[in-house]
Amino acid sequence: MSKNYIKVLLDPFRESKVLGSLLKWFEPVASDSSGSNREGKNEVPAGRAGAAQYSTGVRKVTLIPGHGIGPEITVAVQKIFEAAKVPIEWDEVDVTAVRGPDGKFGIPQKAIDSVNANKIGLKGPLMTPVGKGYRSLNLALRKEFDLYANVRPCKSLDGIKTLYDNVDVVTIRENTEGEYSGIEHEIVDGVVQSIKLITEEASKRVAEFAFQFARDNKRKKVTAVHKANIMRMSDGLFLRCCRELATKYPDIKFEERYLDTVCLNMVQDPSKFDVLVMPNLYGDIMSDMCSGLVGGLGLTPSGNIGKNGALFESVHGTAPDIAGKDMANPTALLLSAIMMLRHLQFNEHADRVQNACYEVLREGKSLTGDLGGTGKCSEYTAAIISKLN
Amino acid sequence: MAVRLLSKLKVLPEIRGVANASSAAAPATLSDFDLQHKTPVIRAQKIIPVAQYGGRHAVTMLPGGGIGPECMGYVRDIFKYIGAPVDFEVVDIDPDVDNDDDVHYAITTIKRNGVGLKGNIETKSEAAYVTSRNVALRNELDMYAYVLNCKSFPGVTTRHKDIDISIIRQNTEGEYAMLEHESVRGVIESMKVVTASNSERVARFAFEFAKRNGRKKVTTVHKANIMKLSDGLFLETSRRLAKEYPDIEHNDMIIDNCCMQLVAKPHQFDVMLMTNLYGSIVSNVVCGLLGGAGLLSGRNYGDHYAVFEPGTRNTGTAIAGKNIANPIAMINASVDMLEHLGHHFHADLIRHAVDKTCNVDKILTPDCGGTASSTDVVNAIIGNIAD
Repeated sequence: MSKNYIKVLLDPFRESKVLGSLLKWFEPVASDSSGSNREGKNEVPAGRAGAAQYSTGVRKVTLIPGHGIGPEITVAVQKIFEAAKVPIEWDEVDVTAVRGPDGKFGIPQKAIDSVNANKIGLKGPLMTPVGKGYRSLNLALRKEFDLYANVRPCKSLDGIKTLYDNVDVVTIRENTEGEYSGIEHEIVDGVVQSIKLITEEASKRVAEFAFQFARDNKRKKVTAVHKANIMRMSDGLFLRCCRELATKYPDIKFEERYLDTVCLNMVQDPSKFDVLVMPNLYGDIMSDMCSGLVGGLGLTPSGNIGKNGALFESVHGTAPDIAGKDMANPTALLLSAIMMLRHLQFNEHADRVQNACYEVLREGKSLTGDLGGTGKCSEYTAAIISKLN
Repeated sequence: MAVRLLSKLKVLPEIRGVANASSAAAPATLSDFDLQHKTPVIRAQKIIPVAQYGGRHAVTMLPGGGIGPECMGYVRDIFKYIGAPVDFEVVDIDPDVDNDDDVHYAITTIKRNGVGLKGNIETKSEAAYVTSRNVALRNELDMYAYVLNCKSFPGVTTRHKDIDISIIRQNTEGEYAMLEHESVRGVIESMKVVTASNSERVARFAFEFAKRNGRKKVTTVHKANIMKLSDGLFLETSRRLAKEYPDIEHNDMIIDNCCMQLVAKPHQFDVMLMTNLYGSIVSNVVCGLLGGAGLLSGRNYGDHYAVFEPGTRNTGTAIAGKNIANPIAMINASVDMLEHLGHHFHADLIRHAVDKTCNVDKILTPDCGGTASSTDVVNAIIGNIAD
């Protein structure tokens, strides 16, 4: 994945010979995390490259606050990052659908330009109406930025007591096609048909990402979850792509399991699974179930990786009933932001913020309402900030 | 029901003339299989009269693969011991053979007998044109509702206690329509079909079930925010029917939220109604919560036929032949079958014995946390019947 990334970004520079010759005059500077302008070098680390790189090393990130409790929790995260002196500059945009020139609802051009420029985004919860209405905004964002893999690490948190201990599962889900293609028709009155699309290209991409992720994060096993006994051709293709990729990563154990078996075993003994890779619908359901095992959507980070960048988001709802009352829990968005920092390779900052957050959760003194405490969002934020030092 | 189906038949030009014939109308050129799978709107039923032999019932037994045959053996032992008035007609389906003759024969016997007891049938062939045999059986017999009664076993240690959920799952269409094709190389389309008639039938079944069993709430599980037309249709149908049963509470939940709630707070659910795939997922989750695949049994109901099987439809090939399989699921299925046929005395005998073995004596197989072997459990049940 990183090789393609570098290639795409460096092509314009390679083509321009002037720049090449100019650079020969410069000596390679000993780099540190807040290094100077790296655009001239041939080796650009995957997470750092981007057109919006400042010379001071500050990284610009698109911020989408979202609806409901979105604005409050993004403010909380911004405060925490400011206190931790994380070198990030936020570029806030609004993704409320606007009617485009063709009459269809879509994301405003300003938001698209921002994410294309910055290549990294952090998103709060967006609202999707049930039933008739414009297509899900979340789906539209995914299609627009070609975010093909959704990663959701579910890890039991110290201090949050659930019926399941020692859960450490990562669900990787294909994000663009499958059952969520949105292709539906009513052929005959009373008969509705919905099409599930599986392509070789997308399956290969997500399988490769899964194995690469497992290797990068020192995971031991990848399990492909499917229903190829029933959906022979579609899930069969997905399975074949996974098997093919498995041969290229012999250091990682690969197994394939039926969806029902995985569900059955997951609620009995979650330690049996490590990294799960699956098509869209199963991934949606499994990732939500796994986050239920560790304490709910309010505590689960989520990242969407694409060819041209990454978008990290909190996956809970907009909670309109508690919006504006300072009762929201920013942990999910905070953990996603920490995931983003790791993706950008700001590892020391990520560790610091994460340790502060875990400590506050372990202490259990200023937790918000959904975690069983009585604290307010601002108190929780302040507690984390105080633990940063 | 037949009238509504016939009104849809008129749309298809091939059968406009035939539609005025009997309710079992079907174009002569299409085989039963093709009829069921290539023309999902028509549900052709060639009704064969159900045989009854002097107070004894004949029941088709399909052992299937994996742990099926041994569990069926246990069921037969128990039936012989209590002298249940049931004769089994065993049909073995060879998983390696590609043709469907065995399955056709099995279907004919079930049509003749009216009731079946089955294990999970393996379909070893991974070829795309071979339909899953279990799916073929269900579709052919038009068993549109699958009921899984999930009640906690007090003798099995689980994280959640006192769960009592009934899952009613649409059994014939939805994601299991098995209509797939490769239009362009590397791009495969799989169709999920949702029809108004099937949704209405299963929703009505769910509400009637709730009413007859004194249940208070029906929850429809769906994903209509994404699949607006298909799941939207299913949801609308169940909402419309809910109005006809005002004393039963109805609400709906999105499948991912539902799974999350099931692992955290399962007691909020009473009767759950959903399409095929979600039913598979939710029934496996609930079986997992209750202690494993080996305890619960499911019932496939159609307008004319009923087939009983272990709840989670696993073949269990990994534990076949090792005498550690849990026979309780199959035994519970046989008890359901006896109830269905009206042999309540025998059904209660077995049910009480199983109850005592699991909850009082706590003789359980390893998958439920015990140490006994299958034969130990079966012998214990037979011992408890004797008392």
